Amino acid sequence: MTDTDKPLIEIRDLDYARGRKQIFKDLNICIDRGHVTAIMGPSGTGKTTLLRLITRQLVPDRGHVLVDGVDIATLNERELFGLRKRFGMLFQNGALLTDLSVFENVAFPLREHTKLTNRLIRHIVLTKLHAVGLRGAADMMPSELSGGMARRVALARAMVMDPEILIYDEPFVGLDPISMGVIVRLVRRMNDALGISSIIVSHDVQEVSTVADQSYLISGGKVVASGSPDELHNTSSELVRQFMHGMADGPVAFHYAAPNYAEQLLGRDAD
Amino acid sequence: MQQTRSVELGTGLFVLLGIGALFFLTTQTTGGDPLGGNETYTVSARFDNVGSLKNRAPVAMSGVTIGRVREVRFDGERLNAVVVFEIDSQYDKIPEDSDASILTAGLLGSQYIGLQPGGSDIYLEDGSEVMFTQSAVVLENLISKYLFSSGGSDADDE
Amino acid sequence: MFREIWYTFLEFLRTFGALQLFFLQLLRSIPIVFVRRFRLIVHQVYNAGALSLVIVMTCGLFVGGVLGLQGHSNLARFNAEDSVGTFAAFSLLKELGPVVTALLFAGRAGTSLASEIGLMRATDQLSAMEMMATNPVRRVLVPRFLGGVIAMPMLAAVFSCVGLFGAHLVGVNLLGVDAGAFWQQIQATIGPEDVWEGIIKSFVFGIVASLLAVWEGYNAIPTAAGVGRATTRTVVITAICVLILDFMITAVAINFGD
Repeated sequence: MTDTDKPLIEIRDLDYARGRKQIFKDLNICIDRGHVTAIMGPSGTGKTTLLRLITRQLVPDRGHVLVDGVDIATLNERELFGLRKRFGMLFQNGALLTDLSVFENVAFPLREHTKLTNRLIRHIVLTKLHAVGLRGAADMMPSELSGGMARRVALARAMVMDPEILIYDEPFVGLDPISMGVIVRLVRRMNDALGISSIIVSHDVQEVSTVADQSYLISGGKVVASGSPDELHNTSSELVRQFMHGMADGPVAFHYAAPNYAEQLLGRDAD
Repeated sequence: MQQTRSVELGTGLFVLLGIGALFFLTTQTTGGDPLGGNETYTVSARFDNVGSLKNRAPVAMSGVTIGRVREVRFDGERLNAVVVFEIDSQYDKIPEDSDASILTAGLLGSQYIGLQPGGSDIYLEDGSEVMFTQSAVVLENLISKYLFSSGGSDADDE
Repeated sequence: MFREIWYTFLEFLRTFGALQLFFLQLLRSIPIVFVRRFRLIVHQVYNAGALSLVIVMTCGLFVGGVLGLQGHSNLARFNAEDSVGTFAAFSLLKELGPVVTALLFAGRAGTSLASEIGLMRATDQLSAMEMMATNPVRRVLVPRFLGGVIAMPMLAAVFSCVGLFGAHLVGVNLLGVDAGAFWQQIQATIGPEDVWEGIIKSFVFGIVASLLAVWEGYNAIPTAAGVGRATTRTVVITAICVLILDFMITAVAINFGD
């Protein structure tokens, strides 16, 4: 395979704007092979956008996204789909296909991209469902699942093609502590047992700290800090401290940018 | 699997029903051509006024359709209308001196050509022309005639 | 003021162009979807067609019945009650069949397509497919589009047939028009070109209704309000387009007919 000292995914000098709003400016991120990399940041900093840039659901205005040293902006559709088969992605709410059962959802990539027999597909799907502890729910429809279960099914589906890279978009949001613990354990186990590289996008500092090898903290369109979770915890930077310790006000203002409050109450902002 | 089967069954039934309905519409509502693919011969006639006679209008004798109008055109030299129509070859004993008139089906119905048999021993054949014709009754003329006469009588009343 | 109108116009032009490109994109994928995903098409014919059958038949029956009543009472003034069959058949085959079916189709199948696709977008299902290296246009949009296009002419034909049956029921069985005269009049006046006009219309309406439903769903703003808006727009825009196109096709057909 490719040489292991080169980073798996490299983001170089990336700019991206949506409309008039600049989301990323000179972003540089390096994702190593075989590690769990966390990308953290306050809500609204474009973390999900970053994932879409990495998988080329969006194209950057400037700069490059390199996977194994290849700029993904240069790929044609076929090559892009080939690349995407190496990715497994877990969406925020699972994104299960609502017209298919749990079993068929997990089987979907296999049916789409392989010519395996039904027997073999059944075998693989049940194995993956067993790995996330939901073999018993194979015949249920996505609408019958709880949020945590849906996310575990989505994880099984993301793994079914044995990807090299698993991407988790906010995997901990809105889960009860038990489901959260289950997911945390699964992420770590997948990474170590299968030799997968993982990328987690989250703002859940506590949970991320327990699984990540390397973290990036993004704010205002750039990386403001990087390092292991411990290093981030003990940093001296005001902004990083605010985020890591969950303080309401600090460099990231509590108030969204607005005109002067007194002026606005007096109705002077109109002119 | 059971669900897939019933969906496929339902689709099959639906498509059959749809095709059946299309078939019914194309075959049962259209008379097609009463002449079918029968052999025909072509006859023409001249009218001073064809009214709103159209292509494919029926040609009837004693109320039975025996042919169809193929062409309506204006003869720029003799300044009248020429109507060319086809008659089913099985009706080959139509006297040459028959009389063709443009009639209306119902009060506001479409117009058709009615043939009144004459007494000649010579029959119409391909290319012959019907000599005796009667033009379409134009409703406006009829109405104005009626108004004219009734208007006159009104004046008399006063 | 002028600026605003100008921008609105430009925006309209842009959307219209995007719709054409979207249509081309769908058309391009049709052959491969036919070969590789035939089962999905069957499913969508079922969704769009078989599931709309009941309302189409019910409406057809009553529309036919109304035509029978109206036709009979109006034609009676000219002593032309026997033409009630012709009257109903002309109205059904050329106008009401295709148009009313298209409107019902927009209400029944179009809205469900638009909201389904809109929700798939809102819940990231389309992105998930893309991430699984599956083209959502081929997997989701084209089968639904084709399902609608195939189902429409059949629904319209069923509508016309049931409508004729309704007119027959009212005209012949209720108001005493002679059954023979009823059918004979129909057959004498309606030609194949009239039936064809109806079939072509329903085919065109099927394309328009399915295209708009799929388009609105695909471009819905991925929120609850956005999907709701897309559903409403589907019905409204389809209705407007169908009626405008109906006028245009009728005008063309009449010009060619003479």
